[in-house]
Amino acid sequence: MSVTASPRPDQRPVRSGRTVRIGPGSASLRWRDVAVPVVTLAALVLVSAVSMGRGDFPIGVGDVLRTLVGLGDGPQEFIVLELRAPRVVVGVLVGLALGVAGALFQTFARNPLASPDTLGLTTGASAGAVAAIVLTGGTSPGAVLGGLGIPAAALVGALLAGLLLFLLTWRAGIDGFRLVLVGIALWSVGNALIDWLLTNAEIYDAASAYVWITGSLNARTWDHAVPLATALAVLLPLSLAASRTLGALQFGDNTARGLGVRLAGAQTAVVLLAVGLVAFAVSGAGPIAFVALIVPQIAVRLTGGSRPPLLASGLMGALLVVGSDLVTRTVLPEALPVGILTAAIGAPYLLWLLVRGRRRSTL
Amino acid sequence: MATTVDVPARDAARPRSMRARRLATLALLLALVVAVAVASIAIGTRSIGLGEVWRALVDGDLGTEEAVIVRQLRVPRTALGLLVGLALGVAGTLMQGHTRNPLGDPGLLGITAGASLAVVLSISLLGLTSPSGYVWFAFGGALAGTVLVYAIGSAGRGGATPLTLALAGAALSALLYALVRAILVSDEQTLDSFRFWVVGSLAGRGGDIAWQVAPFIALGLVLALVNAPALNLLGLGEDVARGLGQRIWLARVVGLAAITLLCGAATAACGPISFVGLVVPHVVRALTGPDHRWLVPCSGLLGAALLLGADVLGRVVARPAELQVGIVLAFIGAPFFIGLVRRTRAAGL
Repeated sequence: MSVTASPRPDQRPVRSGRTVRIGPGSASLRWRDVAVPVVTLAALVLVSAVSMGRGDFPIGVGDVLRTLVGLGDGPQEFIVLELRAPRVVVGVLVGLALGVAGALFQTFARNPLASPDTLGLTTGASAGAVAAIVLTGGTSPGAVLGGLGIPAAALVGALLAGLLLFLLTWRAGIDGFRLVLVGIALWSVGNALIDWLLTNAEIYDAASAYVWITGSLNARTWDHAVPLATALAVLLPLSLAASRTLGALQFGDNTARGLGVRLAGAQTAVVLLAVGLVAFAVSGAGPIAFVALIVPQIAVRLTGGSRPPLLASGLMGALLVVGSDLVTRTVLPEALPVGILTAAIGAPYLLWLLVRGRRRSTL
Repeated sequence: MATTVDVPARDAARPRSMRARRLATLALLLALVVAVAVASIAIGTRSIGLGEVWRALVDGDLGTEEAVIVRQLRVPRTALGLLVGLALGVAGTLMQGHTRNPLGDPGLLGITAGASLAVVLSISLLGLTSPSGYVWFAFGGALAGTVLVYAIGSAGRGGATPLTLALAGAALSALLYALVRAILVSDEQTLDSFRFWVVGSLAGRGGDIAWQVAPFIALGLVLALVNAPALNLLGLGEDVARGLGQRIWLARVVGLAAITLLCGAATAACGPISFVGLVVPHVVRALTGPDHRWLVPCSGLLGAALLLGADVLGRVVARPAELQVGIVLAFIGAPFFIGLVRRTRAAGL
């Protein structure tokens, strides 16, 4: 099997950009590396504003933006800030985390197919959440683990799956291929667990658990957004800091070692960061399928770099989640959970990646 | 790989000892299947002594409660378990042989996901509720899944490798389950029927299910046995096999037909059950060697014993309730799979 896999979509040479030096650090900066995140950010703001405006009580984009900066009137302020903003903010944060985590995994495994969806992480989170819903009767009034209990259980489930993935893959370092295969095994165990929990549930609980594991932004409040924002405030800067070693890791273990990377430490840090990001993202909105898979691939095509850019991936993830949510709420005849739309986009893309990857005799 | 080609003279004594070993394995597996079948009939929520079981079996008119339980619940369930285990064990061996892929398994390769989608569609659109109603749809879905996974996994030059097939299976499963979800999220009634099917269980399937799927499994088994010698040649690589006079496409078509019949029938009867097809061929290969003429029947027997054993285990650990056989097998099979992946270097799989 050829191990010449690269997360890059094409083999055109990467044009080096202008070198920027700040104190002891230096970086090569190309205009697309700046332009793509900026344009994505602008689109994200626009889509978020439209999303906050749509609903039973339509509000114009201008009014929404005015309200957001504190110039709105009373009822509009309540509707935008209390009712609609949490949903959009959770969507942005979740997309951000999934996009960055996907970029981390794909660069690290040198394989565009390594995503939390195929690695069993989101399945672990789903199993945790379903256990919380089913075992405590999430729909029954007065359940101890109500609103915040389910995200907490999902978090525990994802971290547990991540820990298992890490320990079972570890054999004097982490091999990208082994990571993917162990992930598939965990995925199927997690699914078995979910299926079993669902057969033991009341049908109402099973139905609400099913909506949860599809990934939905319905009924999000600031209570969901705050823990997520706190976690991202810690994990995102760390991830961006890790991107320097990532650049070395993508050349393969031996080269990375030769470039002076402490391999074990760097691999551990990257995997743990990515697992942490996924865990919090899933606990916030359920496992929104395939965002982490598609987004880094789009981002790397747009920036034309040698690997998925972290920041641009994160912003595009946010755009994808919020945009898909907007589409499911407004365009589709029935208000489906956002995860169904992202899955409908992402899964065919995954298959296409497989077919196309084989053609080039790399993975 | 053992073949009839070019056996040096000094190994003349070896086939005889190998033959003895294979016969011993066959006898051992038969004894194991009988033992597990007896356990499956005797053990359950209500303990029934072996003497009582025997009387119920020989005397068809015995009307005690125990006799009715044995005849109407336990015997059909055991027969179904044997059939399905046989089918899955043989199907796994064929899949691993045809793809020369140690990670071949109907559950992992997306075949059962295809069946799942077909079942959900039949429940949701046509209002079918009983297993005997949606058996046929599971069948069609399994066939579609098999063809799709191999088409995707082997697209382009280089053909299918273990990794691409496993990934194609995972990707296809993810896509199909996403579609399943889209239907179930807005359809509580379908979810209520579907959740008991998807878990993979022998419980609540009457004797009529076993009778319905038996002809397909029998046909699949015959095709598998016919296919076995060709698999030995294919194991040497397609070019060598062609040079030795094997018609490649014929062997592939027979193999695909057998896999589809076996997996489709098994999935239709019990729901998706993973890992039997993965674990069994590896264990049997260690006992009989790689000759498919022995590997195929022995894998069938061990598959039956494993599936039934897992079913009995599920009834014992969670008494008086039970753990479905699909769940038990996932927890046995996944560690086995991971061990396999860790032992071999991925590139050498």
